[in-house]
Amino acid sequence: MGEIKFTIPLTKVIDEFKLNPVYTSTDCKEVVVSSCDVNRPGLQISGFYDYFDQQRIQVMGKVEMSYLNKFSPEERYKKLEPLFAMKTPCIIITRNLYVYPELIELAQKYDISLFSVEETTSRFMSALISYLNVNLAPRITRHGVLVEVYGEGVLLLGDSGVGKSETAVELVKRGHRLVADDAVEIKRVSSKTLVGAAPSIIKHFIELRGIGIIDVKNIFGMGAVKDTENIDLIIHLEAWQNGKQYDRLGLVDEYTNILGINIPSLTIPVKPGRNLAIITEIAAMNNRQKKMGYNAAAELNNRLTNEFGQVGGDN
Amino acid sequence: MFSREVMVQNQVGLHARPATFFIQKANKYKSSIWIENEERKVNAKSLLGVLSLGITKGTTISILADGPDEQEAVDALINLINSNFAE
Repeated sequence: MGEIKFTIPLTKVIDEFKLNPVYTSTDCKEVVVSSCDVNRPGLQISGFYDYFDQQRIQVMGKVEMSYLNKFSPEERYKKLEPLFAMKTPCIIITRNLYVYPELIELAQKYDISLFSVEETTSRFMSALISYLNVNLAPRITRHGVLVEVYGEGVLLLGDSGVGKSETAVELVKRGHRLVADDAVEIKRVSSKTLVGAAPSIIKHFIELRGIGIIDVKNIFGMGAVKDTENIDLIIHLEAWQNGKQYDRLGLVDEYTNILGINIPSLTIPVKPGRNLAIITEIAAMNNRQKKMGYNAAAELNNRLTNEFGQVGGDN
Repeated sequence: MFSREVMVQNQVGLHARPATFFIQKANKYKSSIWIENEERKVNAKSLLGVLSLGITKGTTISILADGPDEQEAVDALINLINSNFAE
């Protein structure tokens, strides 16, 4: 799968963090951010440009400002000019620190947006990086249903008509939450986490064969829906095939790879009389239990080994 | 895998009713079928999936199919779109 580079308009970043404009560039509305990384230009203002990524937002904090404070206005201008000459998305000054007139002059000269923000540098940067990571994350749309069951995000996958939507409604009825039906937009927001959501047009709708489209939020209320959820477990639903071997013990962990991340997964055969909602609930609880350090199959195995071990010892 | 591109020409695009005709036709085939619009790819047999793309008049989409009747399926769906869903 070719990785497509995503971008986010700078104006969205400005709104999200309520950045105070000191100077807004003429092309501000067209500027897009394409890098999740953020740079503190300390080394650059002291003259080091061997390795510099122009795609990154530049954040100047107390370190940079104290350094600049040591110089005369003319020297400051000289130190800062190469940084502004690089076409970076914008430059942000944290802690509402004093903005030197040279900064404004250069921002105007090179038409680079300059903002100030109240927060401290590290806090602001970590919030900015995680926001950019989410918004620039690699993404994919999968056919399936995403529900939140006992706090676990469970992605149900399977062919059309296998009973994913029906399972979802029954889970909602049992007090769990629907995130997305039919099309799930999945984003890789970090090297470990996948987050799923519904495409906005069809958010919180479910299609039930024979009834049609239903609005889960309207019928079941606010407590029955959720906008986004991490994907903790994947359940593949498939029609029961006679003769196929299904997992009986659960000692071997299986994984399904989405966007390069391995998510624990199960394959559950569907057959009339199997209550998929309850099975999904149990799968979710079992997955939680495993994460908390208890594996029922391993525990049974240990008991057996002990018993057999003792018998063996007596002989 | 077989795929073809088509431009949606009918007035309302792939709205609720045209989308219903579309998925009903898609469900007649054994192959797995997808619609692709820009970077989003959804199952062509799922109503909400197709609706989620919000395909309007003038949008070019790709129809992809994989399976025993892939070519037939793609051709039939493209004919359906080209006929502006006259059913």
